[in-house]
Amino acid sequence: MAEAQNIPVGSTTAGQIAVAAESTVATRMSAPPSFDVADFPVPHGREEEWRFTPLERLRGLHDGTAVATGDGLKVDVEAPAGVVVETVGRDDARLGRAGTPVDRVAAQAYSAFEKAGVITVPKETVLTEPIRVAVHGEGGVAYGHQVVELGAFAEAVVVIDHTGDAVLAANVDYILGDGAKLTVVSVQDWDDKAVHVGQHNALIGRDATFKSFVVTFGGDLVRLHPRVAYAGTGGEAELFGLYFTDAGQHQEHRLLVDHNTPHCKSNVAYKGALQGDGAHAVWIGDVLIEAKAEGTDTYEMNRNLVLTDGARVDSVPNLEIETGEIVGAGHASATGRFDDEQLFYLMARGIPAGEARRLVVRGFFAELVQQIGVDDIEERLLVKIDEELEASV
Amino acid sequence: MATLEIHDLHVTVEADNATKEILKGVDLTVKQGETHAIMGPNGSGKSTLAYSLAGHPKYTITGGTVTLDGENVLEMSVDERARAGLFLAMQYPVEIPGVSVSNFLRTSATAVRGEAPKLRTWVKEVKETMERLSMDPAFAERNVNEGFSGGEKKRHEILQLELLKPKIAILDETDSGLDVDALRVVSEGVNRVRETGEVGTLLITHYTRILRYIKPDFVHVFSAGRIVESGGAELADKLENEGYEAYAKHEVDMKGGASA
Repeated sequence: MAEAQNIPVGSTTAGQIAVAAESTVATRMSAPPSFDVADFPVPHGREEEWRFTPLERLRGLHDGTAVATGDGLKVDVEAPAGVVVETVGRDDARLGRAGTPVDRVAAQAYSAFEKAGVITVPKETVLTEPIRVAVHGEGGVAYGHQVVELGAFAEAVVVIDHTGDAVLAANVDYILGDGAKLTVVSVQDWDDKAVHVGQHNALIGRDATFKSFVVTFGGDLVRLHPRVAYAGTGGEAELFGLYFTDAGQHQEHRLLVDHNTPHCKSNVAYKGALQGDGAHAVWIGDVLIEAKAEGTDTYEMNRNLVLTDGARVDSVPNLEIETGEIVGAGHASATGRFDDEQLFYLMARGIPAGEARRLVVRGFFAELVQQIGVDDIEERLLVKIDEELEASV
Repeated sequence: MATLEIHDLHVTVEADNATKEILKGVDLTVKQGETHAIMGPNGSGKSTLAYSLAGHPKYTITGGTVTLDGENVLEMSVDERARAGLFLAMQYPVEIPGVSVSNFLRTSATAVRGEAPKLRTWVKEVKETMERLSMDPAFAERNVNEGFSGGEKKRHEILQLELLKPKIAILDETDSGLDVDALRVVSEGVNRVRETGEVGTLLITHYTRILRYIKPDFVHVFSAGRIVESGGAELADKLENEGYEAYAKHEVDMKGGASA
């Protein structure tokens, strides 16, 4: 396994860390952010933000040909007392405040949804049970928008669970008031044919803490774009992700942490396992430390474990620093193989081949799974990992 | 009494698009309680013998038989061989990221013993065994072989040997790369297992140094893919004084004869 890189403040590595006067993160997008799909040209596949994505498998989400079918998606929200759950129209002023769509499909979702969901945890409300959002696809095309807003000093755990079959483009806004604490677990447990594209925007208030787990198992194509920005000093973001990419699946996670405010922290850790022909995982980790963001402390890491031949990983960490007045900034990316020698070693100790694989993959994911803190989700993930492994043998 | 019987074993390996015969008819019987040292120059096929017995997929058995208590070892998968009682302490143990030593040991012991060891006695057993091998308890939380020094890797192999209690232990150059202190600690571990009288040991080594700590009952000289001389412990002294040259010459003569 390649060694992790930990780059001290101010040093540069060709192509990976840029100390730039002008942001390349912004300029390498093919159009500026916009809520209107018409502001984005239809991608042809060679653009920086689309070059890893098989456009033909987006089922028309990128070129305007995917028309919503009306009854393609069921959304059920289960929330403890004190939480306000609403369905609102397009003109509701609370929509779109955490971030602006940065690519054509996110803008398409924003331009095409008819109703949006708004979940509000009032200020100083501390929940002891998670809010559960079940998103179930029933084979149609759908566009959606969801807002989760926590008032000042509110605390909540939200589990968004995607199952079934759908062609879905949907964005999510997370808005954290001052001192709020939000943990979000987004599980993409789709059927094999599903297509899911979305932009997740988090806007973190002063001294607020945002913790996110993005867990992707299913789907033919899943492309998510978790983004974080800060609305006040002292904000913290922890972005964790797990993916298990099988034969023929394309799973793409493109992160951006925009350190646009002084004295904020971010920690990114994504781990993926891949197996089978044509399994393709893409991880883009953009961290931007703007000139005004003094006192920033950030670290990002991506690890991949390739279990069989025929799988492919593209992992691109990109750290861009516009000020040297920071606490720390580092990144690491490594892709390792579970190879025949490792398998032989474990089997030579009496461990059957299937169990040897399970041991390695469970061990690989364990440190992230254990941090989720929602028991039934943790347990389900471990069961799911085992199922994925069973299917491979 | 457990007995490993190797008869006329022939093994080939694929290298550079060619099939090369490495073992050319090995005959050896190892009984429970006995210690056999196999000595020979580099490239003579000693390690190939070790890995072939354990079932490494790189090696192809082209002839001969291997049985453990009459059971055909060559028909068993790698894990079946281990569960049948064969253990190979490897010369170059591989790193397994994400799997802690403690998890690995317990999974392995569960597989070999056929049931999960009782947690309380197991923790004690591991702790005491590690202490005897002068291993820091923190070792158990590290990933298998990841970042281990050469000496730590070998101690970890012997730790497994002590915990898994095989019928036949094959030690592939366990002494190589160890300083004198580590060699002593590792040898003591092997001797503890030997003293039980329940294991047959096949000690593969290039040097006579380890034989000062682990006294063999039999010494076999390996050259050009087979055993060319067998004797008692005194044969090791002869090798210590004279080296392998006599056997290397023998090998050249044989090759010459074959091509003539």
